[in-house]
Amino acid sequence: MPLTEPAPSADAAALAELATQVNKAARRRLGRSLSIRQVDAGSCNGCELEIQALNNAFYDIERFGLRFVASPRHADVLLVTGPVTANMREALYRTWAATPDPKWVVAAGDCALDGGIFKESYAVTGGVSAVVPVDLHISGCPPTPTALLQGLLALLHR
Amino acid sequence: MADFVDAAGWERLAQDLVAGRRSLVDLWGDAGSVRMAVLDADRGRIEIAALACPDGKFPSLGRHHAPAIRLERAIGELYGLEPLGAPDDRSWLDHGRWPVRQPLGAPRPHDATGGAYRFLPVEGESLHQIPVGPVHAGIIEPGHFRFTCSGETVVRLEERLDYVHKGIEGLMRGAPIDTAARLAGRTSGDSTVAYAIAFARAVEAALGVRVPERAVWLRAVMAELERIANHLGDIGAVCNDAAFALMHAHCGVLRERVLRAAAAAFGHRLMMDRVVPGGVAGDLDAAGEAGLRALAGATGREFAPLVSLFEDTSTLQDRTVGTGILTAELARRFAAGGYVGRASGRDFDARKIPGYPPYDTLSFAIPSLPEGDVNARIWIRIREVEQSLALLAQLFDRLPSGATRTLLEPNTVGEGFALVEGFRGDVFCWVRVNADGRIEHCRLRDPSWFQWPLLEAVIEGNIVADFPLCNKSFNCSYSGHDL
Ligand code: SF4
Repeated sequence: MPLTEPAPSADAAALAELATQVNKAARRRLGRSLSIRQVDAGSCNGCELEIQALNNAFYDIERFGLRFVASPRHADVLLVTGPVTANMREALYRTWAATPDPKWVVAAGDCALDGGIFKESYAVTGGVSAVVPVDLHISGCPPTPTALLQGLLALLHR
Repeated sequence: MADFVDAAGWERLAQDLVAGRRSLVDLWGDAGSVRMAVLDADRGRIEIAALACPDGKFPSLGRHHAPAIRLERAIGELYGLEPLGAPDDRSWLDHGRWPVRQPLGAPRPHDATGGAYRFLPVEGESLHQIPVGPVHAGIIEPGHFRFTCSGETVVRLEERLDYVHKGIEGLMRGAPIDTAARLAGRTSGDSTVAYAIAFARAVEAALGVRVPERAVWLRAVMAELERIANHLGDIGAVCNDAAFALMHAHCGVLRERVLRAAAAAFGHRLMMDRVVPGGVAGDLDAAGEAGLRALAGATGREFAPLVSLFEDTSTLQDRTVGTGILTAELARRFAAGGYVGRASGRDFDARKIPGYPPYDTLSFAIPSLPEGDVNARIWIRIREVEQSLALLAQLFDRLPSGATRTLLEPNTVGEGFALVEGFRGDVFCWVRVNADGRIEHCRLRDPSWFQWPLLEAVIEGNIVADFPLCNKSFNCSYSGHDL
């Protein structure tokens, strides 16, 4: 019995957010294929668990032309989690700088938006956009695999 | 709650630790004092000792007892308390990137420019170094590993952690109890239930709150689901690191089903914020319970052939047997919790010692093996999945009815602590609640504090290519450690 879920519809809010920020022509050059480099910038690791789940047989992310790559130099998309700790700030920036253009940054999880529950801390810079430009945010604590897929598909479907 | 001791008393405790009469549970800073929690396993008791540091100094425990070294480095940076005679004076949590120094002591502004870290010197012919991280190749947490190798063989691994230090202890200060509970549940997301239980039990001890029976049992249901989900994920992931993707795929399916059943029953896949001080956030309804019972049965049936598959795949054993051996002596000395300790003969489990309800009325075994290699760590986790499934059956058969939450009296002052068995090992929480019903101080110690240093020992003499296997078989938490 096949386990794989039907494809979720691209999230409307995510699409709208994206439309204003992403250059269509560049996306056309990539076709329907995106290489994603995940960067944990201070997550509690809850977001990572749900991102990992995208690879299981239920979500099977690769059937959409989305795949996780090991190097930022191979990536089109940085999928960043966590409130961006002070100790990860430079590593995140350098990873972004090592990613070739055109590139997009997707911030996943409530922490990645503005630091979330950790935002008042001396050790936190307060969200991904404090360090690199963000194209799309996927909310949730952690976002479910379905929410992650919807957000990522929104990147492809435009 | 804590007994204040003098320097001689502190020293006596240090000698007990060195002699193995007690094991170190935690060592942390407080306002003008340091505190140590030790376990007397024979009597099943945890004792907390405090030493006043009027001049901002305390005698180093790390110079006698290596497991204390990193904890002491952290105390120095967070509180500005100096461990006298400490064997390692390098900073640990503080990478020089915070706008303050000693954020939890008397904070001093700092320019946050960073600075180079003094890795341990290595000398010898034909040695080379491989720096890895903090950003790793994969969907994993960040940290830096500095390998020194001779050819393919690792001569030394030195870890540089704390990239995900979020300052949770600082955020807890003055926080209302419910906010603090949410923070505790985000110390290490994979162990959110274990942390939430540890925090809740510590607060309940501090305030003298009795939790309704049903809530105690529902907490155990969630804790065992969390254990099963993590073990399933990691058993598959270790096999994947040995290039056996089939096991990974099957285990991933079983894990996903656990998370879905948890979401249906408790409203969140990882069960975040479902355990709260005073009880649980919501009740389990009949449909949720039926779903979980069905899940436990199906998981047991489908896991058994996977265990056989693991057992019968000799190419897998070729990678896991004899790889990354942790000696029983090191496991004991570091009081290594969880499967790391139990795969090296240390059969400690906080559900038994000191023990807490409802486990005192349930029957389950603590699997333990002497080999200490990657293979043994996988087997412990396999056996623990089986034990947890059996525990779920007992929990459902005897699940009490009634209330699920006691409201807290917000005007009691007190201190309390708890030791709770997460999937990775024992999570320690100590808390002091003030008169406004807020958290004055909360300390959380992840089991990884005592496991990370052992990973350095375990990889020595192994080949670089076996590091992912060793690392995954430990699966230490970065976030839990970095706090
Ligand atoms: S959004 Fe939630 S799950 Fe994700 S890193 Fe933050 S606290 Fe953890």
